[in-house]
Amino acid sequence: MIGGLFIYNHKGEVLISRVYRDDIGRNAVDAFRVNVIHARQQVRSPVTNIARTSFFHVKRSNIWLAAVTKQNVNAAMVFEFLYKMCDVMAAYFGKISEENIKNNFVLIYELLDEILDFGYPQNSETGALKTFITQQGIKSQHQTKEEQSQITSQVTGQIGWRREGIKYRRNELFLDVLESVNLLMSPQGQVLSAHVSGRVVMKSYLSGMPECKFGMNDKIVIEKQGKGIADETSKSGKQSIAIDDCTFHQCVRLSKFDSERSISFIPPDGEFELMRYRTTKDIILPFRVIPLVREVGRTKLEVKVVIKSNFKPSLLAQKIEVRIPTPLNTSGVQVICMKGKAKYKASENAIVWKIKRMAGMKESQISAEIELLPTNDKKKWARPPISMNFEVPFAPSGLKVRYLKVFEPKLNYSDHDVIKWVRYIGRSGIYETRC
Amino acid sequence: MTDSKYFTTTKKGEIFELKAELNSDKKEKKKEAVKKVIASMTVGKDVSALFPDVVNCMQTDNLELKKLVYLYLMNYAKSQPDMAIMAVNTFVKDCEDPNPLIRALAVRTMGCIRVDKITEYLCEPLRKCLKDEDPYVRKTAAVCVAKLHDINAQLVEDQGFLDTLKDLISDSNPMVVANAVAALSEIAESHPSSNLLDLNPQSINKLLTALNECTEWGQIFILDCLANYTPKDDREAQSICERVTPRLSHANSAVVLSAVKVLMKFMEMLSKDLDYYGTLLKKLAPPLVTLLSAEPELQYVALRNINLIVQKRPEILKHEMKVFFVKYNDPIYVKLEKLDIMIRLASQANIAQVLAELKEYATEVDVDFVRKAVRAIGRCAIKVEQSAERCVSTLLDLIQTKVNYVVQEAIVVIKDIFRKYPNKYESVIATLCENLDSLDEPEARAAMIWIVGEYAERIDNADELLESFLEGFHDESTQVQLQLLTAIVKLFLKKPTETQELVQQVLSLATQDSDNPDLRDRGYIYWRLLSTDPVAAKEVVLAEKPLISEETDLIEPTLLDELICYIGTLASVYHKPPSAFVEGGRGVVHKSLPPRTASSESAESPETAPTGAPPGEQPDVIPAQGDLLGDLLNLDLGPPVSGPPLATSSVQMGAVDLLGGGLDSLMGDEPEGIGGTNFVAPPTAAVPANLGAPIGSGLSDLFDLTSGVGTLSGSYVAPKAVWLPAMKAKGLEISGTFTRQVGSISMDLQLTNKALQVMTDFAIQFNRNSFGLAPAAPLQVHAPLSPNQTVEISLPLSTVGSVMKMEPLNNLQVAVKNNIDVFYFSTLYPLHILFVEDGKMDRQMFLATWKDIPNENEAQFQIRDCPLNAEAASSKLQSSNIFTVAKRNVEGQDMLYQSLKLTNGIWVLAELRIQPGNPSCTLSLKCRAPEVSQHVYQAYETILKN
Repeated sequence: MIGGLFIYNHKGEVLISRVYRDDIGRNAVDAFRVNVIHARQQVRSPVTNIARTSFFHVKRSNIWLAAVTKQNVNAAMVFEFLYKMCDVMAAYFGKISEENIKNNFVLIYELLDEILDFGYPQNSETGALKTFITQQGIKSQHQTKEEQSQITSQVTGQIGWRREGIKYRRNELFLDVLESVNLLMSPQGQVLSAHVSGRVVMKSYLSGMPECKFGMNDKIVIEKQGKGIADETSKSGKQSIAIDDCTFHQCVRLSKFDSERSISFIPPDGEFELMRYRTTKDIILPFRVIPLVREVGRTKLEVKVVIKSNFKPSLLAQKIEVRIPTPLNTSGVQVICMKGKAKYKASENAIVWKIKRMAGMKESQISAEIELLPTNDKKKWARPPISMNFEVPFAPSGLKVRYLKVFEPKLNYSDHDVIKWVRYIGRSGIYETRC
Repeated sequence: MTDSKYFTTTKKGEIFELKAELNSDKKEKKKEAVKKVIASMTVGKDVSALFPDVVNCMQTDNLELKKLVYLYLMNYAKSQPDMAIMAVNTFVKDCEDPNPLIRALAVRTMGCIRVDKITEYLCEPLRKCLKDEDPYVRKTAAVCVAKLHDINAQLVEDQGFLDTLKDLISDSNPMVVANAVAALSEIAESHPSSNLLDLNPQSINKLLTALNECTEWGQIFILDCLANYTPKDDREAQSICERVTPRLSHANSAVVLSAVKVLMKFMEMLSKDLDYYGTLLKKLAPPLVTLLSAEPELQYVALRNINLIVQKRPEILKHEMKVFFVKYNDPIYVKLEKLDIMIRLASQANIAQVLAELKEYATEVDVDFVRKAVRAIGRCAIKVEQSAERCVSTLLDLIQTKVNYVVQEAIVVIKDIFRKYPNKYESVIATLCENLDSLDEPEARAAMIWIVGEYAERIDNADELLESFLEGFHDESTQVQLQLLTAIVKLFLKKPTETQELVQQVLSLATQDSDNPDLRDRGYIYWRLLSTDPVAAKEVVLAEKPLISEETDLIEPTLLDELICYIGTLASVYHKPPSAFVEGGRGVVHKSLPPRTASSESAESPETAPTGAPPGEQPDVIPAQGDLLGDLLNLDLGPPVSGPPLATSSVQMGAVDLLGGGLDSLMGDEPEGIGGTNFVAPPTAAVPANLGAPIGSGLSDLFDLTSGVGTLSGSYVAPKAVWLPAMKAKGLEISGTFTRQVGSISMDLQLTNKALQVMTDFAIQFNRNSFGLAPAAPLQVHAPLSPNQTVEISLPLSTVGSVMKMEPLNNLQVAVKNNIDVFYFSTLYPLHILFVEDGKMDRQMFLATWKDIPNENEAQFQIRDCPLNAEAASSKLQSSNIFTVAKRNVEGQDMLYQSLKLTNGIWVLAELRIQPGNPSCTLSLKCRAPEVSQHVYQAYETILKN
C-alpha cells in the first residue's frame, strides 16, 4: 500500500510530508526531488522507480503530489487516490497552490490522517468528510451522541455520500449534459477519429433521501421498450443514440444498470458527476475546417483556412477560436479575415483567430501570409494540426434527457413538485484538422 | 563560551521559544506553537527535543490540537521510545471515550506509533475496538491489526487478532468488511503458506455482496482479493464473473481495472465454446477504451495493462485500433505506449490507416517517439506481408528527409525487412549506401554493414565500403566490429579474388589487435574455417538464415500469465514480476492463471496449470529489437549441428596461403542454397599446428577432441609383394606392403640379403608423390644384415611430405641405400591406406555435397564376383574407413551411401548398389577431384574381395 505522501512546490521544497510505512524514509523525499522534479529531462513517466522505491506523481499547476511505496501496489488506485486528494483539497480551500497549501497544512494533515490509513484509502467523499473535518476544527464537546453516530454511520455506511435529514423549502435539481467532441481529420476532410466524451452533471437540492431514476435516449433502452409500441420504434429509433460505454458515480446501483439498464440512485447533496459516457457513432461535428497551406519558396507560407458551421441555423455557437500553428522561424505574418479577430502570437507560434458568435450553416474564411527567416535547420517543420475551440448549445452526440424521476416516500413531496432544469453544452475537446 | 554558539543560536533560539509557547497557559498560543512544530517537522527540521512539551499538550478536549499532537507523536515516537510510553495512558483512556471519532483516532494513532514497548499496551484497547458497536471504530481497528502485524507478527497471532479479523469479513458494515479484507490480504502476503484468507464459496459470496455496497476503495480491496481465488469449476467462475461485470461501469478506473483482472483470470477457466465467453469478451472492450479518456497518468497505467491484455487476448480490442491513435497533446509517455499497442493491433484490415498515422508521427519533434514510429513502420512490414512494399517506400521517403536519427532508425528496420523478405527489396540498397556517411550510431552502422556483407555480390564497391569502415576498426563498438568481421568474410567468400587482402587485414585486426574475447574467437573461427575448408566455410557463413518471426517483443508467455494476475498493480506497469522490484518476501508469491477445467475437479497446484492458449497458438518469441542484432550476428555461426570433423593432418599450406586447394572448386560454384535445407557445420576438427593459422590459447584444446579417434581394427592389408628383386639390387631383395592401423600408415618391409656380404647402413627416401607420403622415421635396421638373413621392418609414414602429382596417382618412387649402393624402385600403394578415420559425413552434408558436385565428376564402376550382402559389405568397408552414411532399399536393391576422406581432405562420396542374388554390384563415385575415383574403385574392389 501507499507508504508515504509528499507535496512539493515547483522548487522541490516539501510542503506536506506524511509517512505511513516504516520502509519509507526521509531520503525518499530527496530522491524524488533530485530525480524527478530537478531532472533535466522532461518527465518520461508518471511512475518512477528509484532504488526499489516507486514514486507516483501528478502535477496540479506547479504543485507536485507524490505517493511513495515499496510494494506492488494497485497503481491505478494510487493515481485515483491522488486525483481524489486534489478534489478533496479543492473542495475545502479552492485552488491547489503553494499559498493555499501552506495556509491549510494542518487541515491537509487532518485529511490525510482520515482518508489514508496505513496507506489504505478510506472514505474520501467530501460530503461526508465535511461533516466532521471542518476548517474551524470540530468541537466534539458540542456534538450530541446522535450526531456523532450519525457521522460515523455516514462515513462508513452504504450511502456514505449523503447525510440524512437534509431539508429544502424548494426542491430543485439541475442537469447539465456537458459534452466534449473530439475530432481528428485529415487535410482532405476524412474523419480519422471522432468521439464524444460526455458527462451528466447533476446539482441536487432535494430533501430527505430521494430515490432518483434517470432516463435518456439510450438505443438499448428505447429498442427494448419499442418492442411493445410498434409505431414508435421507427420514430424513436432515429433519435436514440448508441452509447459505447458509460461509467457512473458510486451512488448509482451498478448491478441494476447491468441487468435492467436503468439508472437509479440516491444522489449526494449538491453538485456531482452522475455519469460519463462515450459515443462514436453518428456524431454531429459542429464545425468543419478546410485548410490550405502552400509553401512559396523557402521563406514564405500562404495559409488559407475556411470554417463551416454545421448545425441548425437558429442555434448560435460561441467562443470560437481557431489556432493555426506557424513555423518556429516565422518573422512576420499578415492576416485577413472576414469575421472576428485574428492575431499572430509569436510566443505561442500560432495565429489565433477568434469569433465571438456564429450561427449554424455559415462559413467564414481567413487567409494569412507567413514570412519565414531562412534557416539551415535540417529538421523539417512538423506542421502541427490546426485546432479549434468552440461551445455549442446542443449535445453533439445527440443525447437527450428523457426524464429524471424523484421519489421520496417518507416526505410529502412528489416528483411533480421538484423543479428540474436541463441544459446541453457541447464543447470542443481535441478538435484537430491536419494540414 | 566557544564559537559554537554561532552555529546553533538561531536553532537553539527557535526551539527555546517554541518550548515556552508550548508550556503557555493560553490554549490558542499552545495550538499555534504545536502548529509551528509540525511545520518545522514537515520541512525536515529536527524538533524531537520538544517531545515532552508536545506530549504534555495531549490531554485536551480540543480534537484539532489532539490530532496535531498525535501527528507529532507518530513522527518522533520511534526516536524516543521511552518518552512515548508517557502517551500510552492517554491513548488507553481515549479508547474508552464516548465519542466514536475519538476512540477511532486513538486506536488509529496507537498503531502508527511503531515502538515495540507500546505494542503490548495496545492489545487490550485494540481487542475492544475490534468489537466496538460503532462501525467507524471497527473499520479503523481492522487496519490497526495490519499495523500491529507489521511491528510484531507473533504478538498478533498469539493474541488471536487474526481470527477476530477473519470474523470481520462477515461484518454487517461493508466498509469494515473491505478494510478487514485489505488487512488480511496484506498479512497473507507475508505468510504465503498460511491459509489466512480462507476463501471458499461462502466467504466469496459475502465478499460479492459487500462489493455492491462499499466505497470505491473498498471495492478495489475486495476485487483484488477475489482475484486470488481459484473457483472450483467453470460454473463457479462464470457466476463470479457475472457478479463482477457491473463494476466495469464504475467511474473509478482502479475499480474497473481490478474487475478486468478478475475477469481475465477467471475467463481462463471458461470454455471458449460457451456463449457467455463471447459475451464477456465483448463486455471487456468498451471499459478498456473508456480508460483512455481518463487523466494522462491513469491512461498510462491503463495502456501498460492493455498492452498485456492485447498480448493475452488480442480478440478483445482488435476492432479498436483508432482509439490508440496518438493525439498531438498527449504526454510523451502516453504516446509511446499507444504506439506500442497500435503495432500489436496492426493487421491486414487496418494497416493502411496505421501506416498513414505512423508516417505522421515520424515527422514529430520528440526524438524517442519519432524513432519508435520509424521502427513501428518496419515492424508493420514484417507483421503484415501485404503492406511490406508500402512500408519500404514509406521508409525510403523518410530516408530522403535526411534527418539523421530518422535515417539511422530506418536503416536498422530495413535490415529486418531484408531478413523477412529476402531477395525482394534489394533495389533500395543503392539509396541506403548513399547515406553511409551520416550513420554515427552503432546499431545503424552495424545494420548497414550487415546489408553490405549480405548483398556484397550486388554492390559493386562493397569492398571499398567495408574497407572504409575498417579504417577506424578499433574505435568502433563491439557490435560494429563483429558485424564488420562477418561482413568481410562474407564478401571474401563471394568475391575471393579481389578481397584476399581485406580479409587478412580484418582477421588480423580481430585476432591480434583486439582485447575482446568474442571478437577474437570469432576471428579465429573464421580464419580456421577459411584455411581448413573453404567450402565448409562457405556453407557455414553463407548458410541460409531462418526467417525472423513477426512479433519481436512479445512478453514471454509464463511471465505474461503471471502479469495478467497483477493487472492494475505496479507489476503490470513495469511489466516485471513483483520479485524484481519488491524487497524481501512481501508480495513475491508467484501467481499463475487458473487451469481450464470443464469438470468440477479443481487443480490445486498452480504448477499443473497449463498456460492460457495452446502452445501452437503462441507465436515464437525472439528477443526484443535491442537484442535482435546480436541474434543476427550469432546466426552466422549457426546452431551446433554435428558436422563432419575436418581433416586432422593432411592439408599443407603455408601461413600466407589461406586459400588452400579447395579454392578452385569454390570459385566455380554458384552460391546457391543447398537443397533447401539450411544447416551449418561448425568446425570441430583438430587443427594441427602446422596449418598456418595462429593457435588461440584455449581454442586448440577445444578442437583436440577428435584426434586419436579411429577404428581399432585396421584396414585391409594386402600380402607382401616383391618390390625390388635381388637381381636388380646387388643381392638385396625388398618386398613389402602398406598398412593402416589406428590412424597411422606404415610401410611393412621385408629385407632379405641374398648377396654374400654383410649389408649395413640402410636408409630410405621417397620421391615427391601425390599425397605427400614420407617416412616418419629413419629406416632402422639395427644389426648388420648377414647373408641369407631376412629382417622385418615396419616403417611409419606420414603424409606431410612434398606433393607432386604422379602418374598413376598412387605411384610411389622409393630409394633405398645401403653400404653397397643406392637402389631405386617404384610401387603402387593401395589408396585405402589414405582413408582417414573421420571420413564419415553427416547425412545432410552428404546430400548437399552430392548435389553440389557436378555430374561430370561422377564415375561408375562394376564390381564383379562379390557375393556380399549389404551388411557384410558395409562392415567390411567400414574397417577400412569407408563409412556408410545411409542405407536405402529401392526396388529390391540395397543402396549404400558412403563417404570417405583422404588424408589431404578430399572427400569421396559413393553409392554402392547391391542386388541380392547378383554377385556383381555397382559403385558410383563422386568427388571434386575425379582422378582419384579409379583408385578408390580399386580400393573398394580389393577390400570387398578379401
